[in-house]
Amino acid sequence: MIQEQELKTFVEGTTNYFEVAAQQPASIGSPYLVTEGQPSVHEYTGMISITGKREGVVYFTAPKAMLTVLLMKMQESDFSHETMRDLVGEVANTISGNARKDFGRDFVISVPSVLAGERPEIPTSAGLRSFVIPINWRSHSAKLIVALK
Amino acid sequence: MKLMIVDDSNIMRRRIERSQQFEELELVGTASNGLEAIEMFRKMDPDVITMDLTMPQMDGIECIENIVKLKPAVRILVISALADKATAVEAMEKGANGFLNKPFTDRQLNEAIAELIR
Repeated sequence: MIQEQELKTFVEGTTNYFEVAAQQPASIGSPYLVTEGQPSVHEYTGMISITGKREGVVYFTAPKAMLTVLLMKMQESDFSHETMRDLVGEVANTISGNARKDFGRDFVISVPSVLAGERPEIPTSAGLRSFVIPINWRSHSAKLIVALK
Repeated sequence: MKLMIVDDSNIMRRRIERSQQFEELELVGTASNGLEAIEMFRKMDPDVITMDLTMPQMDGIECIENIVKLKPAVRILVISALADKATAVEAMEKGANGFLNKPFTDRQLNEAIAELIR
């Protein structure tokens, strides 16, 4: 189960991502534990599998509208489905990779995989409890979901 | 000087290409994993490489090791989200010349490249 200090690492990583990559800070809501079922996700979800000294998954999930603005802030001109997939994967990868500053190199991250669609669902994993870190950026909402053993 | 950009993200490859401000650098190729990078390296013989670490098929550390064997004088800037010191040290030991953490600003990117090519 994830500890408070570990959650803080992901909150800081998320804050840093928006400050630097999007050049506009995000407001981070209070993290909460999902007590029943799986957390709902938006149209695009980047997933990073964690192995090594911890096991689990880190998800970054966001609506298309938010990703479009994020891409604009990054001076991107390609807003295709493939670019949206690329972006959610890259955000999940960056926040997870940055967490190694505190977790160390034995916190092994996978390359990103992506879920996309109208009503995607994240897979259920036995023994994993998900913490949701709400992200509000401009008028949009997204989530970082951290599920670690 | 010939530049090659290696990253599994299209967005990141375009971002690096767009943001680097050095007229002396000519982009000669891009690759999305270590295997493609070695193939591209053999064809284009770049002098300067930006290298991601977490990539499918062959990761950046293994790729650096291979490329440095082919051309010891190549200059490699690792651009990675992996923020632990041990990874940066390993990359440098394998032959990288600089390390820049993602996310980065244009200014940080250009300072890191300036350091690499001066």
